[in-house]
Amino acid sequence: MAVGLDKIQPEKITEKEHLVVEGMDISGHWNRMFEPRVLTDYTIDNLEKVAALPGGESLMWCYGCAKCTAVCPVDIVGDYSPRKIHRRTQSGADLFSSPDLWLCTTCMNCLRVCPKEVNMIQIMPAVREQAVLEGNVPPELQKAFEDTAKHGNPLGQPQRKRADWIKKAGAAVPIMKDLKRPVDILWYVGSYPSYHPRGIDAASAAARIFNALGIDFGVLGIEEKDDGDSQRLAGEKGLFEMLAEENIATFGKYEFNRMVVTGPHEFNAFKNEYPKLGADFKVLHYTRFLVEHLDKLKPRLKKPINPSAGSGRSLKVTFHDPCYLGRHNGEYDAPRELLRAIPGIELVEMGRCRENGYCCGGGGGGMWLDSHTKDHTTMRLSERRVREAAEYGADVLAVCCPFEVSRFEDAAKSTGNDKLMVRDILELLDESMKG
Amino acid sequence: MNIIVPIKQIPNLTDELEINGDGTNLDHDALQYVLNEFDEHAIEEAVLTKESAGDAVRSAVTVVGVDTTGELDSALHTALAKGADKVAKITGDFPRGTDSHTQAKLIADAIKSMSPDIVMTGVQAADDRDGQMGPMIAAHLGLPYVGVVTSVAAKDGKAIVHKEYAGGVMAEFEVTLPMVVGVQAAHQPPRYAPVSKIRQIAKTAKVDEISGGDPVGSGSSVRKMFKPQSAGHAQMWDGDAADVAEKIITMIKEKGLLK
Repeated sequence: MAVGLDKIQPEKITEKEHLVVEGMDISGHWNRMFEPRVLTDYTIDNLEKVAALPGGESLMWCYGCAKCTAVCPVDIVGDYSPRKIHRRTQSGADLFSSPDLWLCTTCMNCLRVCPKEVNMIQIMPAVREQAVLEGNVPPELQKAFEDTAKHGNPLGQPQRKRADWIKKAGAAVPIMKDLKRPVDILWYVGSYPSYHPRGIDAASAAARIFNALGIDFGVLGIEEKDDGDSQRLAGEKGLFEMLAEENIATFGKYEFNRMVVTGPHEFNAFKNEYPKLGADFKVLHYTRFLVEHLDKLKPRLKKPINPSAGSGRSLKVTFHDPCYLGRHNGEYDAPRELLRAIPGIELVEMGRCRENGYCCGGGGGGMWLDSHTKDHTTMRLSERRVREAAEYGADVLAVCCPFEVSRFEDAAKSTGNDKLMVRDILELLDESMKG
Repeated sequence: MNIIVPIKQIPNLTDELEINGDGTNLDHDALQYVLNEFDEHAIEEAVLTKESAGDAVRSAVTVVGVDTTGELDSALHTALAKGADKVAKITGDFPRGTDSHTQAKLIADAIKSMSPDIVMTGVQAADDRDGQMGPMIAAHLGLPYVGVVTSVAAKDGKAIVHKEYAGGVMAEFEVTLPMVVGVQAAHQPPRYAPVSKIRQIAKTAKVDEISGGDPVGSGSSVRKMFKPQSAGHAQMWDGDAADVAEKIITMIKEKGLLK
């Protein structure tokens, strides 16, 4: 007898004359045979609901080849990929209220390989926007929205303290309002580099590098507000528009030749999204900007960054491509050129690099969905990534996105890889210049 | 059910407060103003009460405030996005930091003709901290008042309200409507109003304007306002645990703290 069958109490079984389960009428005697349900038994109402949204159309185009499933960073730690989303929605699941809705980090690896151009970068924000309008937002994300709306940054820090980091930067950081003259470079610092302790480390390093190179630059200080792009991708389009309007007005007050940004998300916002709202200026990520100055920078990189200097062993550094610098905006080389310029460093590539780079989990609102993601995956994306870095024997995981330092440092601790150092390229350059 | 929610904007406490040159008040122009947090709870509780009253057609939540910042509209649009039905602002020469006595009188005058069943306001605000908005509105209108309220259930001309006391004690009151309550906390956290929705609403929303009368004043004036000053310093004791423990016991005895 099969295990448990002896426990069945026939007198307690109720047999219903009519029964509908998941929309299927399964009335009949209990031991009748069922055939697998065919796809046409389901209504595609939920799929059509997504496709009816501006931006949601392409979910319909999926033909289930599963190329995305092989590269989706969330599927690697969980059960989620665009193809799975399509299939679930096609067979009746409601994406608008599903936990799946908040797992996509908009990393764009799926779109890179999709033969049908199913665009999750448009689908997810469109569906999320409806969920947000209906008040269906994970609480931690809601808090980030509220903080951004109230304080101009998702960390909930006072707007008036946005420039406080400058006092301890160890280098002059002119504020545009006080400068009262045009500058060559307007440096948009960003929220995490302005407030997060490890972000401030990178911002301070940047300030020292810019000064050493004699860059004519200025920052916006307390006039700067969050770019809002990740909030847009998380479904709060109105918040993004509000911030964009305010930032564009602030940028318009000052004269500058080009803008340099610390973060790839800001880079993406200013390069691809703000122009749709009337912004018109040239923007560079700091890695490309510093590569332009490599001739002047290189002679200053004197000190080998190697704790075991003299041992002859070089420091193994691996680089994590930020999704919004690499895949979204095609910049893979500038960060590597900078790293190669630092003495004492051996650059090792991880298996998932460049176009197929893994995602830290912070994009598309993931930065503010840690508990939600943790509840629906086997491990954090950042934890998967630091394990990969450790597998390649890296001493240092180098990054150039302000979301990543704290994410990877936490992940290094939580996975027992405490020895792995996480450093922004700015910090490595700054340290090498101290020689 | 006709519910009126009086609100007010107060300095944003996330920012550091600044004191004016005379040292008699806050430097209001240097501060950013936000909606009083307790009023956010009052709005939430009002919307929840309306939703649970069942007669949605005849129920309405009206949010009203004195525009002391010139920016009250955004708070009112947010209230609409959260489920309020109507909004109104009282205008006139009322600068930032207008005292609670004046605001209470202006609001009482404005809402008298609206014949409210329930007036729900935040139990207190971080500016005056006197917790008098609710009681003064009630006094002007001749209505009963219950403060420090955490839940309201209204039915058939009566309401059951829960009031918090110190030490974790809770009381349940039955109050005959109309009444005024000071909300300590809504029975669920205030809902989020997406900026997308607020911006949509802002394009079409109608904010009723009511012109306010003369300020009545609070009858008191601030002689001096200053930031907290540290009065003493902590004493640090080095040494091994037994020695330090001995010192602590001696000190407690000397100060007469142990009886």
